Amino acid sequence: MEKKPVEALRLNEITKRFGELIANDAVSFSVSQGEVVALLGENGAGKTTLMNILFGQYTADSGTVSVFGQTLPPGNSRAALEAGVGMVHQHFTLADNLTVQENITLGVNPLFSASLGKAAARARIVELSERFQLSVLPEARVANLSVGERQRVEILKALYRDVRVLILDEPTAVLTPQETDDLFATLRQATANGLSIIFISHKLHEVMEIADRVVVLRHGKLTGGARTKDTDKHALAAMMMGTETTPPDIATTSPGKTLIYLQNVTTPDIGNAPGLKSVSLALRSAQIIGLAGVSGNGQTAMAELIAGMRIPSEGRIILRGETVAAWSPRTAVQSGIARIPEDRHKTGTISDFDLTENAILERYTSSTFSRNGWLNWRAARGFADEIIEKYDVRCPGADTTIRLLSGGNMQKLILGRVLEADPQIILANQPVRGLDIGAVNYVHGQLLAARDRGAAVLLISEDLDEIMALSDVIHVIADGRLSPGFERGSMSPAELGIWMAGQGFDEAVVHAT
Amino acid sequence: MKRWSMRLEPIANPTLGRRLMPPATALVATVTIASLLAMTAGANPFSVLGLILKGAFGSKFAILETLNRATPLIFTGLAVAVAFRAKFWNIGAEAQLYAGALVTVVFGTGLLPWPSIAILPVIMILAILAGAFLLLIPALLKTRFGVDEVVTTLLFNFIFLLFISMLLEGPLKDPMGMGWPKSARVLAEVRLPRIVEGLRLHWGFGIAIISAFVIWIIQTRSTLGYEMRAVGLNKEAAAFAGIPVNKVLVKTALLSGGLAALAGFSEVAGLKGSLTLDLSPGFGYTGIIVAMLALLNPLGVVIAALFVAGIFVGADSMSRAADVPTYLADIMLATALLLMVLAIMLTRFRVVRD
Amino acid sequence: MEIIEILFTASFWAAAIRIASPLIFATLGELICERAGVLNLGIEGIMVAGAFAGWMAVYSGTGLWTGVCVAMLVGMAFGLLHSILTVPFGLSQHVVGLGVTLLATSSTYYAYRLALPEVTSPPKIEAFQPFEIPLLSDLPLVGPALFSQTPFTYLAFALAVVVSVVLYRTPLGLAVRAAGENPAAVAAQGLSVSAIRMGAVVVGSGFMAVGGAFLTMSAFDSFFFEMVNGRGWICIALVVFGSWRPGKALLGAVLFAAFDALQIRVQQTGFGADIPYQIFLMMPYVLSIVALVVMSRRAEVPAALMVPFNKGER
Repeated sequence: MEKKPVEALRLNEITKRFGELIANDAVSFSVSQGEVVALLGENGAGKTTLMNILFGQYTADSGTVSVFGQTLPPGNSRAALEAGVGMVHQHFTLADNLTVQENITLGVNPLFSASLGKAAARARIVELSERFQLSVLPEARVANLSVGERQRVEILKALYRDVRVLILDEPTAVLTPQETDDLFATLRQATANGLSIIFISHKLHEVMEIADRVVVLRHGKLTGGARTKDTDKHALAAMMMGTETTPPDIATTSPGKTLIYLQNVTTPDIGNAPGLKSVSLALRSAQIIGLAGVSGNGQTAMAELIAGMRIPSEGRIILRGETVAAWSPRTAVQSGIARIPEDRHKTGTISDFDLTENAILERYTSSTFSRNGWLNWRAARGFADEIIEKYDVRCPGADTTIRLLSGGNMQKLILGRVLEADPQIILANQPVRGLDIGAVNYVHGQLLAARDRGAAVLLISEDLDEIMALSDVIHVIADGRLSPGFERGSMSPAELGIWMAGQGFDEAVVHAT
Repeated sequence: MKRWSMRLEPIANPTLGRRLMPPATALVATVTIASLLAMTAGANPFSVLGLILKGAFGSKFAILETLNRATPLIFTGLAVAVAFRAKFWNIGAEAQLYAGALVTVVFGTGLLPWPSIAILPVIMILAILAGAFLLLIPALLKTRFGVDEVVTTLLFNFIFLLFISMLLEGPLKDPMGMGWPKSARVLAEVRLPRIVEGLRLHWGFGIAIISAFVIWIIQTRSTLGYEMRAVGLNKEAAAFAGIPVNKVLVKTALLSGGLAALAGFSEVAGLKGSLTLDLSPGFGYTGIIVAMLALLNPLGVVIAALFVAGIFVGADSMSRAADVPTYLADIMLATALLLMVLAIMLTRFRVVRD
Repeated sequence: MEIIEILFTASFWAAAIRIASPLIFATLGELICERAGVLNLGIEGIMVAGAFAGWMAVYSGTGLWTGVCVAMLVGMAFGLLHSILTVPFGLSQHVVGLGVTLLATSSTYYAYRLALPEVTSPPKIEAFQPFEIPLLSDLPLVGPALFSQTPFTYLAFALAVVVSVVLYRTPLGLAVRAAGENPAAVAAQGLSVSAIRMGAVVVGSGFMAVGGAFLTMSAFDSFFFEMVNGRGWICIALVVFGSWRPGKALLGAVLFAAFDALQIRVQQTGFGADIPYQIFLMMPYVLSIVALVVMSRRAEVPAALMVPFNKGER
């Protein structure tokens, strides 16, 4: 019996400005009960801002949000929660040292009630996790959970509150393809029970698979919308990116000699994330090696090892044929390794330093920039100006505080800082995360150019599409172990997904023995 | 139910007004609060403020007194400014000051029978080393064991003062002191000469000014200064770039402790001549206010120290004339400190209601 | 030998419990602040203010328990100041805390001078008297040590139980702990991080002031300058020593106080007479540092301690 669908949520003419930037420009759309609507857009298109307004974390400059016909007061997450809106953030909002149950029940009962009602709460969590196949132990400390399990806790948090509209912000970024399938199964079951879902993503194939309808956001504006059954990936891509950008062409090259070789390297675990487990890897001249894997599987250990932040507890680092004795960030830089760190705000730059001070951060002790402990600011300034010019860093001048720059311009400064030293080895850890499409292509172009000049590049990324597009050889890392290398084009995403889930290693060991 | 909530938004290019208004407001508010307090003591607020100004800068004698009082505050202010710049929370300048004073009396009462030109620099260096060493312990506890230096340096103040008390009642006790816990006076050769003959202002003040310039040059021109600023602003990024964070923290501590010790050296050799338990009326703690009011700028420390010393000296004479407790000065400075850190933040962020 | 004998006297343990009481109040207060993610270095000054306020209230004619309430309110006022500056404005907790200590101390001294301009030695009040709990106080050793204390001491131990129950068994306590672990998690559940943190600092500061009041209203019967004498800083060490848990913090305070009581007694023995008394007075501070060093590796620091939270920050 076909009925007119009930409108679960309506966003009406939402506008939000951050200073000069218009993050959302009169955005309107609605979601019906039981419907999955994908919100598609590039990084920086305004998706997260829009959802934060919907969830009451930001206040819109104008426009309204209504849930089942009832208008929500602006800027009040509590009201949004009470109206039945739940949100799973891209960066999980869980307290690591508390248990699963504590995280789920936080803020559910009135603060000044006498008891937590632990037994009843536990029963309800167990019931929900069975019904939606979200298995997780209520007593477990969140710190001991895997990323996939944490996401289940986040979804349980929402379900526990009887949400009627669930926002999922890039939920698959941290999952293997197989875990993604499980998540989708859970979501389908939830929508069958009447839940409405807003699914934020920039991955077209996932959107096509899970969503009933797609709305596309570009530069803060709603640029299109379609039912998934009436459209295809190409049409969506066109709506999402416009037509002005083209990814760089990739020619094949033949790799040269080995510049750095990790021989059976083991490193200690980093908190919850595994260290490397007897990993051997050769980085060769004129070759990009891609390190694929689900976040938190040893990528950080690998990046920190190459960057000089960590030393092997077992095994050796062999640099141009010689075993390194002392290994530190400074020796890594002096050995010709360019390091592009994962987090440009926290580790790549010092936000309150200006561009000049940031430009010399790694090499202020070199004879170019200092003598007998005294800095040569003139040389430093010259170097910064050179980077700004050559790498097209858009800024008022070299004495600008770097926190005022956009992510893309910040990344260009880091690129300039490391590439101007003419490095032979490049470590690029999530080099394009959070950048807009123009900056992404620029960074990728620089990495390819460096490879063509003969540099060895190690590209670490959680975005399998990026890895597959750029890498000459792909290794998968799972739980600190490294898969064999796969030549470009020899593996499908699904086949890599099996390795990312940690399968395949055992057979590989059998083959080896 | 509408809840009250606010958020801070960074201001990209603050206007001149934006940069000046909050600190000016803070200053006015501080003076207003002090006036209201003076009224509770039954005094006329305008005459109290006038008396403070007059007591601090109203005569040649007053100005010299203020400069003398500012001298140790410049040293402790520099000590704190250097440390806080690297986010090393040295709250132990008081103990380091006494370490410098202790060395001055230990070596200055006859142990080294040299002429001024030789003995003063030697004792000065020994004092610096003593202060540096005293802060080295909390620094190593921090870098080796991760023990928070705030609490250790605070506790060291109490421990070291008891240690001084023990020495003053034991081996360092002045036999001529008539039973008071007081050390013997330092030799005439160890007394810092006056800057201008006939004016009661000793060379400690000169050394303080020179120190401020030296620290300023170190902070802006040297690799060490660059390292200290980098570590203070973002330890993680500094470590990633290859800056040896722990080494920098230890060097910072040595520099900071040495500067604070100079305050003790200058007070004994320049002013008091001997060591007593009331050598410092909290110069080490007041150094924190001086450094914060100076926004941790070494040259600003000189100005802030003059301001703070002026308030103290002025409040002393105001108290005698108007019968308002001298603690009014401490209240003013604590208020100024709190309002000023707030004001500085408001020059860079705007408060947004949502 | 004498030392062993001291350990088995009731008066020694009675003294230890008495010395521990103000530390328990203030340590619990600091613990609440830190559990919510705010380091409160105002503790030393707030204790001074509380010591004066409670004593002054009683001296002006109020009842003893009213005096305790006055002390608590004064502490809460300084806590409010601290929390406004450190929570919504996110200013350095180090600087603000020290500023609050300076402000509280100096305004206390100012108020003292205004209230009692002429006196050379401060007047005494009728302080809390020991209350022997029927039956329990007749027990050997434990009776006189534990159950013949003033009601103010019983309150300290009761408070430790209350704080523990609230922190671990109520929604409020869960919210406070979560605010100190991950404020974003609190905000995502529709709670106000600022309100929770400010509330914790205000209440915690109230307890610190009550700890100060214990000194003038139960341990002694008068107010002296310098009477808090670094106890606040010691309490910060005790919070670390107690791994941010009320029960362990209480135990730490008692252990610490026992050591303090012991050194006072050893001073009076033949063995102690040869050692300068300053050495004994140093022990509490030295012990605090040792405790910090020992515990620093094992302690579970609240993950968001000293991390300000600005809503909607990217």
